[in-house]
Amino acid sequence: MTLTADIALESRDVAVDLVVETGETLALLGPNGAGKSTVLAALAGLLHPRGTVALDDRVLSDTGTRTWVAPHDRGIALLAQEARLFPHLDAGDNVAFGPRARGQSRTEAAATAARWLDEVGMTAHAHRRPHELSGGQQQRVAIARALATEPRVLLVDEPLSALDAEAAPEIRDLLRRVLAERTTVLVTHEVLDAALLADRVAVMDAGRVVDTGETTRVLSRPRSDFGARFAGLNLVRGVASDGALLMADGRLLHGLAESPVADGQPVAAVVAPSAVSIHLTHPHGSPRNSLDAVVTELEPHGHLVRVRTDLLSADVTPAAVAELRLHRGSAVVLAVKATEVHLHPSRPLSLA
Amino acid sequence: MTRLPSLTIPRWLLVPAALGALLVAVPVVAMALTVDWREFGPLVTSEASTDALWLSLRTASVSTLLCLLFGIPLAVVLARTTGAAATLLRSLVLLPLVLPPVVGGIALLQAFGRRGLLGDTLDVLGLEIAFSTTAVVIAQTFVAMPFLVLSLEGALRAAGTRFEDVAATLGAGPTTVFRRVTLPLALPGLVAGTVLAFARCLGEFGATITFAGSLQGTTRTLPLEIYLQREGDPQAAVALSLVLVGVAVLVIALTRARRDSLVAGAT
Repeated sequence: MTLTADIALESRDVAVDLVVETGETLALLGPNGAGKSTVLAALAGLLHPRGTVALDDRVLSDTGTRTWVAPHDRGIALLAQEARLFPHLDAGDNVAFGPRARGQSRTEAAATAARWLDEVGMTAHAHRRPHELSGGQQQRVAIARALATEPRVLLVDEPLSALDAEAAPEIRDLLRRVLAERTTVLVTHEVLDAALLADRVAVMDAGRVVDTGETTRVLSRPRSDFGARFAGLNLVRGVASDGALLMADGRLLHGLAESPVADGQPVAAVVAPSAVSIHLTHPHGSPRNSLDAVVTELEPHGHLVRVRTDLLSADVTPAAVAELRLHRGSAVVLAVKATEVHLHPSRPLSLA
Repeated sequence: MTRLPSLTIPRWLLVPAALGALLVAVPVVAMALTVDWREFGPLVTSEASTDALWLSLRTASVSTLLCLLFGIPLAVVLARTTGAAATLLRSLVLLPLVLPPVVGGIALLQAFGRRGLLGDTLDVLGLEIAFSTTAVVIAQTFVAMPFLVLSLEGALRAAGTRFEDVAATLGAGPTTVFRRVTLPLALPGLVAGTVLAFARCLGEFGATITFAGSLQGTTRTLPLEIYLQREGDPQAAVALSLVLVGVAVLVIALTRARRDSLVAGAT
């Protein structure tokens, strides 16, 4: 299912042109108020945008030909910021709602619901009402409810923002598992969510897409100033090896794993540029990671200079740039404390 | 148990609040104290009285059903539309609420009476509405429907469209959403509105006597019977009034219990 949208909503000053390929997760990344949720509502058919939305050959809305497919006929499920479970139904009936509405019998729908509740680890809570569940549990049920309708496209709106810090990593893990191979548009203002869940990222600012491309490229080498300011983190992909990240070239990056990862599993390391320091020789002492790199670019970043290398970007003072005589092509050593390297389970490398 | 919140309310508010409560309580208690209890049984079981009570219960029930039939769709339309037309429609639907009931009765007579706007049409169809039990039901529905619409519309607006949107993206068509999401979520408001409407039907007087008249067993509901008795036998009027108070208290108690269980399940 390839989702294409070329839409505009004048009243909200939003105009975007998006393509999401079959099985791909596209992250719409941007600050609050950038128009991300508006785009989702337009794709779901909850708003009436100008322009066209199509799923493969099927036109869902086109103001030119006055085509309009109602939300319930689109096969597009929306997973909202808050779980929005129906308060008058228990968890099982919430999940069974979609299959029932799509014509399954009561028994079939109950079986479908049971299967998806199991998938998200909520079988034991099937008979609980939403108000008896924690925020994380509610979001699990909401995920099961959206997937139980077998949507052709899944729209996910800031799924972790309403959760406390403890529940967020679990739900992120669950999402990573269920979004794989599913055509998804994920809205988030968290660079980390985009880094860990998306194949491609479209950076949105003030209602427009300012940069779009493969996740690692957009996050580590943003093409727009806005993307650079907003995203601006280092993302290194590899596989887990004895609690560290093993890069493709065989070097290790030591860090802290947010949740346990088995050796050989794909992982992503996230490092803030401010946590990376630059040296000309291997420093003595504490940093566990000191890696050889070559400077590729120098650019102003607020009061600092962002030094881009073939491995990680680092934010350093202009004085340091002068002292180290940094220029394009300089051979440097990057030092990062292991405590500043955050390791997360990630999508398989083949998709990266 | 009710506990007086000591910090959040200014204490002086308790004085007018108590006076207001007394204004309602004293007359009701006075009725109960002054009624001749030895004569109570015979007074309320006279043929005229039981006729009136039975007619009141029947007509109020049918009228409440009609209120639901027309009022629920009206409330949904009003709650989910905006613009000048909706504002106009709302004012129109709520008109009976602010209109003196006797004026409502005259308006109904001008519409459905034999010499009214639709009189000839109804005549051709062999229908004679004015001064029949049908007229009682129409009068009660006319005055009571706004209570249902107002209460349900408030509940629908408070519930918002968040859950309806989710239901639609899960593949539920408008009718399924209405049946399985909209109505259940607005149920407390619907129950409250139904109780109000039923109570209003039961107490209807002005529009009924104007539009339907006062024929024993046909159009003379309990309030009309009470008014009539007051002329000749004040004690009977007080006794019948107490019956009406009893019915009202019973209805409120029953729905309160039911609504509490609903609200507990819905939060």
